[in-house]
Amino acid sequence: MRYAEEFRDPKAAKALLAGIDAVAGEIGATRDNSVRIMEICGGHTHAIFRYGLDKLVHEGIEFIHGPGCPVCVLPMARVDDCIEIAEKDGVIFTTFGDAMRVPGTRRSLLQAKADGADIRMVYSPLDALELARRNPEREVVFFGLGFETTTPSTALSIQAAAREGIANFSVFCTHITVPPPIRALLDDPHMVLDGFVGPGHVSMVIGIHAYDFIAEEYGKPIVVAGFEPTDLLQSVLMVLRQLRDGRAEVENQYARVVPEHGNPVSLAAIADVYEPRPSFEWRGLGEIDESGLRIRDSYAAFDAEKKFGIGYGAGPAAADLPEGCSCGAVMSGRMKPVHCPQFGRGCTPESPLGALMVSSEGACAAYYQYGGARAAAE
Amino acid sequence: MCLGIPGQIVAVTDPERMLAMAEISGVKREVNVAPVATGPLQDLVGKWTLIHVGFAMALIDEDEAEATLQALHDLGEAQAELDAMAAAEAAQEGRE
Ligand code: SF4
Repeated sequence: MRYAEEFRDPKAAKALLAGIDAVAGEIGATRDNSVRIMEICGGHTHAIFRYGLDKLVHEGIEFIHGPGCPVCVLPMARVDDCIEIAEKDGVIFTTFGDAMRVPGTRRSLLQAKADGADIRMVYSPLDALELARRNPEREVVFFGLGFETTTPSTALSIQAAAREGIANFSVFCTHITVPPPIRALLDDPHMVLDGFVGPGHVSMVIGIHAYDFIAEEYGKPIVVAGFEPTDLLQSVLMVLRQLRDGRAEVENQYARVVPEHGNPVSLAAIADVYEPRPSFEWRGLGEIDESGLRIRDSYAAFDAEKKFGIGYGAGPAAADLPEGCSCGAVMSGRMKPVHCPQFGRGCTPESPLGALMVSSEGACAAYYQYGGARAAAE
Repeated sequence: MCLGIPGQIVAVTDPERMLAMAEISGVKREVNVAPVATGPLQDLVGKWTLIHVGFAMALIDEDEAEATLQALHDLGEAQAELDAMAAAEAAQEGRE
């Protein structure tokens, strides 16, 4: 764990910690009666653990790690579908590296690659598009994965493929959106949250008004945050001040990157190429209404679901989570990673059983990487 | 993949496809600048941007670029991004 002295701006960090102490004291937050703040974004989860922020802040503040890691919520059946496409004759299946080790019901993409499928890690959908240009005799499929931060990249790539007539390129769309799962968590009677730290880079695309419902309908504060330690501390302080003052607003701590109304080019591309699915499965959370995107009929030629006849929900019903896996409880804040019976035993970053152990943005992987000693103490 | 990485635009390479060369932690990589192209593409040369999976998503200033890069190094994410870019080059040739 790090200490405030080691931050880039230790003076600012200390002042913020003192501010948090003061306001937490004013509102009577204690270890047993804590203020529960959910950081939605997996990048924030990673940063909180890396900088030890959960241990630096007042003991009456509890971070609940939200569902904002796209790799962690990827349904197993979807991984199976990817492998089925990848193993078809003539296909080059391309994906971000993050998705390679996510367990499907039987294999991960990495294992399928070892078994001979032509699966390639790319950095960008632009690389997949380039592969399609260079290999006109092959079908190049890109696994479109991620939240609103990455959705514009595949939308713009599909538009480019349509413009240039690159007929051997398609996207297997598994894009998901941030606001619907937050609504689902807020509707869950078991979930008691006092406020949110909102995702910075997703908001750079969608703007801050996408969260108005959190303040207006549910009366909870949300502060959109950057991911430097001082950004996160300042955002926590802003949430606490709202709670103290009895306000529920959407505030923007990361205005230097996040425009109020988002990025118009990206939003237009998303709206042109994608439409919401009636519902989509989140691993560990179940089906959530209008939480996933699919490619519009106008771009059907670039939709791998249509090209290969593998629609969402067409296959067998959602696969059960592996025995003893508590990903769902951890993801909804009902259980700490260390209390999962598989944590560090059947489930480690080297051989993940649950998805929260796969990516460095997953709560279990972050706990495992940075929280070993203190996890044992809890 | 979700955090992105700062890069400086050094040249416009393919205006029709909205592509430009960016320098990212000493590595050159072609990126799509459509999301930040509000005026002539040439005006972007010299500007710092936040690059997500090959797309320049926001303009940032140099201080912000430096601070973000520091945070990414702390998190081990800067190297992960650069490794992904290298892997992508290998993928083009089918050697991995
Ligand atoms: S330790 Fe593994 S199985 Fe248990 S909740 Fe975490 S990721 Fe899921």
